[in-house]
Amino acid sequence: MVFSPELLLQALITGVLLGGIFALISVGLSLIWGVMRIVNFAHGEFLMIAMYIAYYLVVKGGWDPYLTILITAPALFLIGILIFQTTIRPILKDPSMNQIMLTVGLSLIMQNLALVFFKADVLTANTTYTRLNFMLGPVVVRGSQLIAFAGSALTAFLLYWFLQKTETGRAIRAASLNRDAATLVGINVRNTYLLAFGIGSASLGVAASLMIPFYYTSPTVGLFFGLIAYVVVVLGGLGSFPGALVAGLIIGLTESVGASLLPGSLARVLTFGIFIVVLLFKPQGIFGGKQK
Amino acid sequence: MKPLLKNSSILLAVILLVALTLPLYAGEYYIHIGVMVLFYAYMAVAWNILGGYAGQHSLGHSLFMGIGAYTSTYLFSVMGITPWLGMWVGGALAGVMGLFVGYLCFRYGLKGPYFALVTIALAEAAVYIATNAEGIGGAQGLSVAWTGNAPEMMQFNGKGGYYYVILVMTVAAIVLSTWIIRRRFGYQLLAVRENEDAAEALGVDTLRVKVQASIISAMLTALGGTFFAQYFTYINPRNVFGEGPSIQILLFAIIGGLGTVWGPVVGALVLVPVAELSRGWLGGSFSGAHILLYGTVMVLVMLFMPNGIVGLYEKIRQRIQNRNEKSEVA
Repeated sequence: MVFSPELLLQALITGVLLGGIFALISVGLSLIWGVMRIVNFAHGEFLMIAMYIAYYLVVKGGWDPYLTILITAPALFLIGILIFQTTIRPILKDPSMNQIMLTVGLSLIMQNLALVFFKADVLTANTTYTRLNFMLGPVVVRGSQLIAFAGSALTAFLLYWFLQKTETGRAIRAASLNRDAATLVGINVRNTYLLAFGIGSASLGVAASLMIPFYYTSPTVGLFFGLIAYVVVVLGGLGSFPGALVAGLIIGLTESVGASLLPGSLARVLTFGIFIVVLLFKPQGIFGGKQK
Repeated sequence: MKPLLKNSSILLAVILLVALTLPLYAGEYYIHIGVMVLFYAYMAVAWNILGGYAGQHSLGHSLFMGIGAYTSTYLFSVMGITPWLGMWVGGALAGVMGLFVGYLCFRYGLKGPYFALVTIALAEAAVYIATNAEGIGGAQGLSVAWTGNAPEMMQFNGKGGYYYVILVMTVAAIVLSTWIIRRRFGYQLLAVRENEDAAEALGVDTLRVKVQASIISAMLTALGGTFFAQYFTYINPRNVFGEGPSIQILLFAIIGGLGTVWGPVVGALVLVPVAELSRGWLGGSFSGAHILLYGTVMVLVMLFMPNGIVGLYEKIRQRIQNRNEKSEVA
C-alpha cells in the first residue's frame, strides 16, 4: 500500500470517530463488569438486538435514525433487566466460570434467534445521514460518524455525571466498591444491580441508533463489537469511564490506521495483540491503578 | 458400593459393544451422527484436561484445532504427506503453542475471565492471520484433495472408516484422561483447580502442572483438528479457528460435567444426537436450530445443575446411598 500523509490523516479522523462509538459500547460493559464483577459475554449480542430494532424502525417505520433512541434505549433497558432477573441474578455468587458459560449460552441463544427471525442477511439502512459527508481540507468526514461521535461523548458524559453526582449513581458505585458495606449503610444492592444492568444495556440501545446510519447489522455483528468492548474495558481499566474513552480512541485509531498501513484485515491482529499484551502485563488497564 | 461398580462396568461393556458394531447395521446417516458424537466427545475430553481438571477455562481452543487441521491439510494437499503423519506434526506445533500460551498466561497469573479473554483473543487473531495468509488459502481456506478410498491417506469410501478412526481416538483420549486423573499429576491438577494457593503451599509447582495440562490438551485438540479436516474435506479460517468451534469444543464438557472423566463423553452422547437430528428435520429453514438448542441447554445447566449431568447423577446417587445407610441404622 502506498503511504501518503492524506491517507494517514484520513485514517486518524476515521479512527477518532470510530473510537467514540467503541467507547460508548464499552462503558455499558464496564459498568456491569465493574459493579457486579460479571463479564457479560453476551454484551455484543445486546447491541445486535438493538441494531435490529433501530434498523426496522428506520427502514420499515420510516423513523429518523436518531429518534429511534426513544425506543432502543428503553427497549434495551427492559430486555437487560428481564435477562438479569431471570438468568444472571441466580448465579451472581457462583464461580466466575459458570457466569461466563451462562452468558456465552445467552449469546448463542440471541445470535441464533436473530438468525431465525432476521435471516443471515447483512442489512444496511440507507438514511439521509448516510450521505452527509463533507471535506475537511484533504480528508472526507462522514457526517453520520461525526454525529455518532458527538452522541457517544454526550451519552458517556451523562452516564458519568449520573454515576458521580446523583444519589442513585453513588449507590451504584458504593455497591461496586463493597457489596456488604453498601448494604450496611442502607443501599438496596439488589435494586442497584438491576439498575446497573439495565443502564449498561440501555447505553447499547443508544449506540445502536447512532450506528445504524453507517454500520450494517447481521446476526453475528455482536461478535466483533463484543470483543472490541472487552478490549476497550480491559485497556481502559475496569469500571473507569475516562479510561474507556481513551482506550476507545486508542483502539479506534489502531483499527483505522492499521487498516491503512497493513494489507487485508491484519489490523485486527494488531488490536488483539494490544489486548493480549495489556492483559498480560497490565491487567488493571492504563487507568485502573488499584483494582485487578 | 460394590454392585454399583459392577453395574457400571457392564454398562460400559454394552456401550463399547454397541459402539464397535454400529457401522455394521446402521445407515450412513446414523453413522454420521455416531462420528459427530465421538468427535465432540473427543474434543471435550481434550479440553477437559486443561479446562476441567486444572480449572483453566479456555474459550479459544479452536486455536489448537485450527493448527492441527491446517498443518495436516497443508502437508497433505501441497506436499502429499499422509495425514497420519501430518497429524503428529500438527500436534507437535499445537503443543508448542500450548506451551507458549500456557506459560505466558500462567506465568503472569492470569485467571478466570482474564485467561478466557486471552484465549479468545489469540484464536480470533489466528482467524485474521489465516484469512490474510494466501499461502494457506486465505479466506477461501483449503480443500482436502480426494485420492479415492485410501486408508493410508485417512480417506475412506463411506463413513464407516472415519467412524472407526474417531472411535479409536476417543477411546485413547478417555484412557489417557483416566490415567492422568489417577496419577500424581492428576491430583496436582485438581489441587490447583480447588485452591491454587494451598496447592502451592503444599509444594505443587502450579505453573508447571498448568503448563503441562495446556500442552497435552492442545496436542489432543490438534489431532482432532486433523480428523475434522479429513472428514469434512474442507477447512477455512472461521470453521476451524473461529468462536463457533471454540464453544462447541467446551460445550459438552460443561453440560456433561466439568472435570470428570465421563462428563464430556456423556454430554456429547446425550446432546449431539438430539442436535444432529433436529438439524436434519428442520434443515435449511432453521439453520441455527442446533446452536439455539446448545445455548438453551447451556443456560439451563448453569442455572439448575452447574455440575452437569454427571454431577447431578453423583448427587442423586449420594442421596440414595445416604438414605439406605439411614434405613440400615434404623
